[in-house]
Amino acid sequence: MARKSDSNDVIFEARDLKINAVRDDGSELPIVKGVDFKVRRGEVVALIGESGSGKTTISLAALGYCKPGLKFAGGEALLNGENVTAMDTEALRPIRGEKVAYLAQSAAATFNPSILINEQVTEAPVIHGSKTREQADAKALSLYKALELPDPENIGARYPHQVSGGQLQRLMAAMALCGEPDLLVLDEPTTALDVTTQIEVLKAFKQVIKEEGAAAIYVTHDLAVVAQVADHIVVLYNGEIKEAGPVETIIHKSEHPYTKRLMAAIKPLPEPGLGEASNHEHMRDAPALVARNIDAGYGKGADGAPKTMVLRDVNVAIERGKTVGIIGESGCGKSTLARVFAGLLPPSAGDLELDGHPVAPNLAARTRDELRRVQFVYQMADTALNPRQRINDILGRPLEFYGGLTGARKAERINELLEMVEMPPPFAERFPHELSGGQKQRINLARALAAEPEVVLCDEVTSALDTIVGANVIELLKSLRRETGVSFVFISHDLSTVASFADEIVVLYAGRVAEQGPTDKVLSPPYHPYTRLLISSVPEMRTGWLEDTVASQETITGMTGGVELTDIGCPFFARCPLAIEGTCDITAPPRRIEGEDHVIECHREVDELLGGG
Amino acid sequence: MTSLILKRLGIGLVTVLAVSLIIFFGTKILPGDAAQIRLGQSATPENVAAFRARLGLDKPYIVQYLVWLKNFMMGDLGTSLASDVPISDLIADRYKNTVFVSALTAAIGVPISLALGIMAAMYPGTLYDRVLTLVSVSLVAAPEFFTATLLVLLFVFVLGIGNAIVVGSTEGKGLFELIAHFALPITTLCFVIASQLIRMSRAAVLNVMSSPYIEMAILKGVPRRRIIFRHALLNAIGPIVNVVALNLAYLVTGVIVVEVYFGYNGLATLIVQGVQTRDYVLIQGLGMIFCLTYVILMLIADIAAFASNARLRHPK
Repeated sequence: MARKSDSNDVIFEARDLKINAVRDDGSELPIVKGVDFKVRRGEVVALIGESGSGKTTISLAALGYCKPGLKFAGGEALLNGENVTAMDTEALRPIRGEKVAYLAQSAAATFNPSILINEQVTEAPVIHGSKTREQADAKALSLYKALELPDPENIGARYPHQVSGGQLQRLMAAMALCGEPDLLVLDEPTTALDVTTQIEVLKAFKQVIKEEGAAAIYVTHDLAVVAQVADHIVVLYNGEIKEAGPVETIIHKSEHPYTKRLMAAIKPLPEPGLGEASNHEHMRDAPALVARNIDAGYGKGADGAPKTMVLRDVNVAIERGKTVGIIGESGCGKSTLARVFAGLLPPSAGDLELDGHPVAPNLAARTRDELRRVQFVYQMADTALNPRQRINDILGRPLEFYGGLTGARKAERINELLEMVEMPPPFAERFPHELSGGQKQRINLARALAAEPEVVLCDEVTSALDTIVGANVIELLKSLRRETGVSFVFISHDLSTVASFADEIVVLYAGRVAEQGPTDKVLSPPYHPYTRLLISSVPEMRTGWLEDTVASQETITGMTGGVELTDIGCPFFARCPLAIEGTCDITAPPRRIEGEDHVIECHREVDELLGGG
Repeated sequence: MTSLILKRLGIGLVTVLAVSLIIFFGTKILPGDAAQIRLGQSATPENVAAFRARLGLDKPYIVQYLVWLKNFMMGDLGTSLASDVPISDLIADRYKNTVFVSALTAAIGVPISLALGIMAAMYPGTLYDRVLTLVSVSLVAAPEFFTATLLVLLFVFVLGIGNAIVVGSTEGKGLFELIAHFALPITTLCFVIASQLIRMSRAAVLNVMSSPYIEMAILKGVPRRRIIFRHALLNAIGPIVNVVALNLAYLVTGVIVVEVYFGYNGLATLIVQGVQTRDYVLIQGLGMIFCLTYVILMLIADIAAFASNARLRHPK
């Protein structure tokens, strides 16, 4: 279906494009301040920048669309030479889904939960009349095949919740491509995915864009991803273009200070030695929190055990002032483990100890002092902070509840807390919605610290933040750990972040510990095949990385199998390049202990693991 | 989904049982002895005692309760203390009146209200939306007798059509005659249910309209009508059927003011009579029927909501 390709064929052009936000009082605030760039046929142009840089707003302008509260304020967005910003909704309808198609960040939210996948994929060409139902179905089927979706003949007859997140992301690509648009707009299409899934999706996107001969605008904050898919890069800051040019030039020869800052915020590859050994002055004999032989799950099964087992036989000891990183793909039980620590989910088996003393498994049975010792910081600061309370009240509540502080002493302590998270005291008077994402996450942290806890559970606290903002939050966590001696449990699917921060790493796979130990021992060299797969899936900032990686044996095996929660054998069996048929699928892997503190659960001997790839 | 429905059915049964306990023992603690009431002040103690034994009133409460519950399940609601007529006969007559008025009200009021509410959701913030919101909020605030009075003033006294009092037999009348006969109470009830239905259907659809998959449909160039009817409504069915069921249950059980105002003989006026004559057998029977109506309507609403949810219909 490839179309004739002419490299001078301009599909989209932004000419001095301006977009304003309209405030409640009618006044306007410029969001996009005059942007010029071109997208030619067969070309992928990446728009990169932090949140607030206007990249999503600009990309939506290609569809003639403004989010509610925004309006076009000048310039032109030319699609095939027509200015889409000047058209009304009725004039735009035949263009949308037909000439230009949109892929959003979260496919799970973008698919209508009540309509079969196939109807949604084929909807645009059918309602626009460019294809008959049969033609659209045939096109969809060929796209499912090209996107390497499993069971392409039948996947369209399912509802969105019946397929996995990575599959849905690819189905969204099929939905965008079904009308054979000239221009694709991709808005952070892989940001919400696990690294292992991201590779599959990137590979499928890249191939399909090439085969269909479409042009694309690719919006992202991840330069390493951009290096894999884009031809040109446009660097945006605060609604203005800071720099633009071919990928190689921007990545290797950029002189612009903002681009350099973006590059610096790129997480380094998870490498040995990055785990920063923290000082030992806070160490005492008993660890701050110990979890022994934890089994946990949801629902109630027959014999009193949970219906769905999520965690099996997990052992973690969190030393004072140390950070334990917990990594694994989504669904592996990371957050469940944190909920067990916090007492939100009583384990079905195993013991918890705080400071050397046994502690009740459920929250309600814990004393106030025990509650104080373990605090939770959630991923979404937006939803974790009460929108109707001022920062004062948000921080004041734990101070009163745990410390009994009131009046001037409370106010003083709030100021200290704000200082700790590097926020100026006047912020105490503000509401959460008056803060940026990064600032909210700082308040979220301050709220946890207000209890003067011994263990802070951080569940994906940087995942919703931009690279630069996220890096700053990590820096803050490091300095807090130095100053306060608080222990952190740091949960993330982002290996690089965990590696740069944790003293000890627990790699979870399908609820079991695959590997566990000091950061440098776990990562250098990676022993367990799953740890290896995770590390090799982190994108590198060089062109051609994607092609190299998908060609490697590890990734090929890792991508074919799905995650299964099994009762027998090793759960990683189906995705493991070193799997031994007849052993790994039948017997649970033995727990090997290397040195004194490095645990590997695998049937393979350590020598075999090192030699095996 | 079957297990969910069975669970709801179980909860419904438990509700009915709990209500039956409250109704039975609630009427027991009322002052006055049934036999005494039935036989009058002049009856001799011997007569009263004999009558008590005949009614089974000399047995322990719990036995009386179980016998009553058993009879209720067999369809025997007992005999009226005030008139010696089987309760089921008393109710059957009135039930027809109430169900007729409720069904007509629902048939007219529900579709119109939902259409108005959904249209408001299609064009939020427009003049139409704001006027509709104002009217429906005012209707919520206006008590039924006020609305009824306004309607009677307008139609009966100013325009000279319709009946201010709809008492009398409905036997032998054709459908159109009946509708004309009940026009004013039905209109009043339509106004009462319309306000909540409009506001809830508008909110349910608006809520869905702000979801990312609707934005996606806009960006695919889907026409507005198709967005509402194919993409949005399917996901708003759950909350909408719930409000509809609640309002239907209200129509059967809670229209005392309207029935008394227009003086027509429905179930609500019957329960008022039961209270006046201390006919507690009648009150018990009506209480159970109201409770069953609520439970069955809510069960239907729940099943409809489950059935409209793809996740429940097609589990992973």
